[in-house]
Amino acid sequence: MNNKKPLELYVHIPFCARKCLYCDFLSFRALAKVQEEYVRQLLEEIQAASLTAAERRVSTIFIGGGTPSILEPVMIRAIMETIRMYFEVAPDAEITIEANPGTLTAQKLDIYRGCGINRISLGLQSADNGELKALGRIHTFEEFLKSFERARQAGFWSVNVDLMSALPGQTLESWKNTLKKVAMLKPEHISAYSLIIEQNTPFWERYGQDGCGGSGPGSWPPLPDEETERKMYQVTKEFLEEQGYIRYEISNYAKPGFECRHNIGYWTGAEYLGLGLGSSSCYKGSRFSNETDLETYLQLDFMKDGLVKLYQNVQAQTRNSRMEEFMFLGLRMTKGVSDIDFTAQFGVKIRSVYGEKIDRLIANGLMREEGSRFMLTDWGIDISNYVLSEFLLDEEN
Amino acid sequence: MAATIDQSKIRNFCIIAHIDHGKSTLADRIIEKTGLLTSREMQAQVLDNMELERERGITIKAQAVRTVYKAKDGEEYIFNLIDTPGHVDFNYEVSRSLAACDGAILVVDAAQGIEAQTLANVYLALDHDLDVFPVINKIDLPSADPDHVAAEIEDVIGIEAEDAPRISAKTGQNVDDVLEAIVHKIPAPTGDPDAPLKALIFDSVYDSYRGVIVFCRIKEGTVKKGTVIKMMATGAEEEVVEVGYFGAGQFIPCEELSAGMVGYITASIKNLKETMVGDTITDKNNPCSEPLPGYKKVTPMVYCGMYPADSAKYPDLRDALEKLQLNDASLYFEPETSLALGFGFRCGFLGLLHLDIIEERLEREYNLDLVTTAPGVIYRVHKTNGEMIELTNPSNLPDPSEIEYMEEPIVSAEIMVTSEYVGAIMQLCQERRGVYLGMEYIEGTRALLKYDLPLNEIIYDFFDALKSRSRGYASFDYELKGYQRSDLVKLDILVNREEVDALSFIVFAGSAYERGRKMCEKLKEEIPRHLFEIPIQAAVGGKIIARETVKAMRKDVLAKCYGGDISRKRKLLEKQKEGKKRMRQIGNVEIPQKAFMSVLKLDDE
Repeated sequence: MNNKKPLELYVHIPFCARKCLYCDFLSFRALAKVQEEYVRQLLEEIQAASLTAAERRVSTIFIGGGTPSILEPVMIRAIMETIRMYFEVAPDAEITIEANPGTLTAQKLDIYRGCGINRISLGLQSADNGELKALGRIHTFEEFLKSFERARQAGFWSVNVDLMSALPGQTLESWKNTLKKVAMLKPEHISAYSLIIEQNTPFWERYGQDGCGGSGPGSWPPLPDEETERKMYQVTKEFLEEQGYIRYEISNYAKPGFECRHNIGYWTGAEYLGLGLGSSSCYKGSRFSNETDLETYLQLDFMKDGLVKLYQNVQAQTRNSRMEEFMFLGLRMTKGVSDIDFTAQFGVKIRSVYGEKIDRLIANGLMREEGSRFMLTDWGIDISNYVLSEFLLDEEN
Repeated sequence: MAATIDQSKIRNFCIIAHIDHGKSTLADRIIEKTGLLTSREMQAQVLDNMELERERGITIKAQAVRTVYKAKDGEEYIFNLIDTPGHVDFNYEVSRSLAACDGAILVVDAAQGIEAQTLANVYLALDHDLDVFPVINKIDLPSADPDHVAAEIEDVIGIEAEDAPRISAKTGQNVDDVLEAIVHKIPAPTGDPDAPLKALIFDSVYDSYRGVIVFCRIKEGTVKKGTVIKMMATGAEEEVVEVGYFGAGQFIPCEELSAGMVGYITASIKNLKETMVGDTITDKNNPCSEPLPGYKKVTPMVYCGMYPADSAKYPDLRDALEKLQLNDASLYFEPETSLALGFGFRCGFLGLLHLDIIEERLEREYNLDLVTTAPGVIYRVHKTNGEMIELTNPSNLPDPSEIEYMEEPIVSAEIMVTSEYVGAIMQLCQERRGVYLGMEYIEGTRALLKYDLPLNEIIYDFFDALKSRSRGYASFDYELKGYQRSDLVKLDILVNREEVDALSFIVFAGSAYERGRKMCEKLKEEIPRHLFEIPIQAAVGGKIIARETVKAMRKDVLAKCYGGDISRKRKLLEKQKEGKKRMRQIGNVEIPQKAFMSVLKLDDE
């Protein structure tokens, strides 16, 4: 071990074969030429950004999107090689790539393994082809099975499968079925989110906030009602725990030892640096995000201007914002937050800041206290928005 | 400066129009195209005085303006343009402004033709013996049909419109014709400058330097600095400090105001309540024999509770109301207490528009965050012991056993609507307990419907409902007719089994169930989910007549935190927290402030 501070890297690939109907992430279709141009610029950015990270040692890398697997695999290799050239990457670093089952070939997987990527995250969402179609996904469950198989063959011993509940037309039965089919494959990690209808997506147009999707010919399957949605969440936990998965975060399950270190970093105040269009960083005392317009991004001159023009919305973290984040991010972890860590970081005990609120939340059955840790109860997780908003401090404090 | 102005060169007039027919645009054009001063006055030292006014930073409300017009006959005429408030809430003020004029310009939209307010205002003007001449405006619109509108004016109102100026106040086209028409069609004032003083108050404003500034029309006699004046209705007496007239944006002092003139008087009057609109000013030492006709004391028609969202702001709210009252004698308020909302005020207004204006000024100019309860009218409660109380706050309703009967205010309403919507509007009036009085067809395509309607049925959302059910084509005017015995009950709302006094209202017994049900539905939408289930019930006399339930919170989970972008998560949580702040704690339920106004929006259509 050396004593350099750990740093997480997030690399954003904003391209996909087709935009899913629910997706509001920064991602779009682009010609191969544009993709190439983007990666070239990304490599420039990696170089420029590395200058600030001499005292850092990369502990995790997450290549996300969009659909990173849409890129020619040599580009992924170029990205990895550049990172390794300019950053110090720990030998045991967790290196993940997101892949769409419809775009994954054996050749790609071999190259990924070859450049040190050791974890793959497959965006399946559902095992029901009808539901997949309704989401606007480009793949079938059968294609996913092939991709999963290929990933194993290529030597990925840490695989995540992304699933989504509360989909249009989904029933409790079909969701259980999805869970069963996936658990049979024994991936090391499962992320199970419920679908959120976000603004500026085709789903928002269709479902608005009432979720009914219209009626008559050409109408869309309705979203499950709230009770069903909640049951889906409960079933997920019960079933996956039976199968030997541990819920370590509100929506994330893993076999022991396979929790996603990169994501845990987000919840526990680790430093992370975003690379590429629109990516977010929490680095050296500030939160900021990269330029989101592709044209503008491509025209930046890192050699000349450094990173100033790239970084937007730079916000210095304050003591208050750190405390808030310590709580509302940390409580997403099922093991909760530690008073010892809090005290070490802020010099005061959690109760001296949040005592009154915590007591009320505990009295209402939304939180628990175990030893020196505080955590959400199952009900607290169900209504975590309500609970977590309690940890925002008033400005004047 | 001897300001003897030849009466025959004065024109006192107002502009009447339906809303949006271009009244204020025409007024602006008239002011633009005329001068501020006569050539004689130019030479006097008036300009210096104006500088002084400017330094003191006094500007006048636009209620009246004096301009000078050099007519084609080579003479200079003084135009006193008196503004009339354009809303039915201010009918009395309109009538007093009209009484200060000798004639009126009727502006009619060349595309829309005559509307309900056009008629109401014309009748009001004719009642005051004003000479009315029409102007057809907006001839620049593609849909303009001035010939048709001219014929309509002649048919419906019966005033000659063939040679009515056809103008576009917006572009200025033919506005000169209006100026000439003012000279020739509006009569010059009459009145004897040597008779005992008789002046009509048509408005007044409060100025912190000079006290009340009274706007008046001199009908008879003369007033100047030093005259001891007496308000005949209120009995207030003061010595005149200054008289003058209204420049564009300034008060311009002058020597005297004599019969036929329009101007202002200051006399160290400290309270607006002493100079009521419609009152007659006379000379204490040489009083006139009788006051001008038409004075009445204005009383509020609509009441509601106003509470500071932050109870610590109660004194601020009181100060703000006091300040507003300085310039608005028709605003009424007294302290009241609500179990749900704490300390606040029961406020009285001329109508809902007046309420809206005051509420908006309190929020904008005084930066107050308010919780306003549902507006109500004044009910007369006749008790079994023979006593009669005027009820402005539903919470004060005596026990039903003590009530002999109750009365509610009724208005006479005139609704003008194109014939295709007559059915829909009659239906609406029916639903609002209207009593049909009659209908006149105006040249085949439009009808004037006459109804008696209970005031409490029209103060909330009648106007909106009217507009939506007629695709915007209906127009509406009303005046108070009197009180009528009615079967009224108090509807109480219980949230989590606790009565919320601020949500109670008086309602016609036959509508109680429907209103109660809608109110519960509305509150169900407004009250966010809590950790527990919340019943919302409507009750009349302790009997539950409707119920809804706000379900307990079930699931509310943050989505994927993507690529470490926590700013969205933070925003979402902040929104949630902000939402909690705008709540009123009633028992252990948090009720959003806007829920207290939700009774206003119960019409489905």
